[in-house]
Amino acid sequence: MAKFGKEFAKGLIISNPVFVLALGLCPTLAISTSIDSALGMTLAVLIVLFGSNVIISAIRKFVPSITRIPVFIVIIASLVTVVRLIFHAYMPQMHEALGIFLPLIVVNCIILGRAEAFASKNPLVHSIADALGITVGFMLALLMISFIRQILGTGNLSVFGVDFGTLPVLGKHPIVMFILPPGAFLIIGLLMGLFRRTGVMKSE
Amino acid sequence: MNELIAIFLGMVLINNFVLVRFLGLCPFFGVSKKIGSAVTMGFAVTFVMTIASLATWLIRNYILLPFDIEFMEIVIYILVIATLVQIIELFIKKTNAALYFAFGIYLPLITTNCAVLGITLINATQDYSLAGSAIAALGGGLGFTLVLFMMSGIRERLERANTPKAMKGLPVAFVTATLLGLAFSGFGGMI
Repeated sequence: MAKFGKEFAKGLIISNPVFVLALGLCPTLAISTSIDSALGMTLAVLIVLFGSNVIISAIRKFVPSITRIPVFIVIIASLVTVVRLIFHAYMPQMHEALGIFLPLIVVNCIILGRAEAFASKNPLVHSIADALGITVGFMLALLMISFIRQILGTGNLSVFGVDFGTLPVLGKHPIVMFILPPGAFLIIGLLMGLFRRTGVMKSE
Repeated sequence: MNELIAIFLGMVLINNFVLVRFLGLCPFFGVSKKIGSAVTMGFAVTFVMTIASLATWLIRNYILLPFDIEFMEIVIYILVIATLVQIIELFIKKTNAALYFAFGIYLPLITTNCAVLGITLINATQDYSLAGSAIAALGGGLGFTLVLFMMSGIRERLERANTPKAMKGLPVAFVTATLLGLAFSGFGGMI
């Protein structure tokens, strides 16, 4: 159980997929324009990463090491297809908002990276802890970035249609740059610098 | 013809793969420390993107659509790309040793480059013709190469600049990308 906790906790900060490992940057930057799509992306990644870690950890003793990468990719691609169909059927708006980045989870380095570095070498329970920890770390990073971008870029804080109010000045004159692509680069760069400055994460 | 030119310019400048669409960011930050390797990577990606676009266009229009199995596209495209990269690697290894030494280490990385799977999916959603797909892939790849080249030039200088310790490396690269992105958003009204 202690090991479970350890594998879970390391994904949060020490090996945070976005800020420390710099993996999965494409979806992080592209869909962090609103908190809604950040949560939708997290849900999709959770299903795929959980599924792939469980399956790959379960079959790790039967897959010859030469063919392991193609096997992993097919498993991940199938899971992504399933998630895409589920999203299309039950959350059409979210499917629309995530667009091309939903199918692109296949080539998200976080998933294949965890399969190769962790799930293919560790027992089932630890792989589940690893998947959950990495997903929560990914979610924290996404929420942080999308929260700042949404507040500064629209001046409005609303999550899934529930309105938490509009800021006085920003509401009228939002800084549109922050929901445009350059804003994403700026926020993630400054956050990374901040975490290193405060010693939460190591500098190079 | 005009349509093809519009697709090309749109891909290179307006909807730049890296700065606007956020595709291929891993090599953008990973391989942009030296100009030489950045440009080689850029051309390798452009090459694979173009071939993959042609192959997936044929598969989509002659297999997936007629048999109504479009939902299989993700699995099939990724397998096609992985196979193509392997074939290209073998082909270059046999025919051109110098090129193999230049491209060799980057080729396996390209399989999991989201720019390649991205362009095949963009072609599918936009319903481009065969020529349109190839031009879109070429434009996307050249746009990627252009930005990678600019970024690597800046980063070579940045290495020697007096950056605060906490911002060294990746963080300052992100801030640089912000400025590049702002500059590129000026192309927005071109077409």
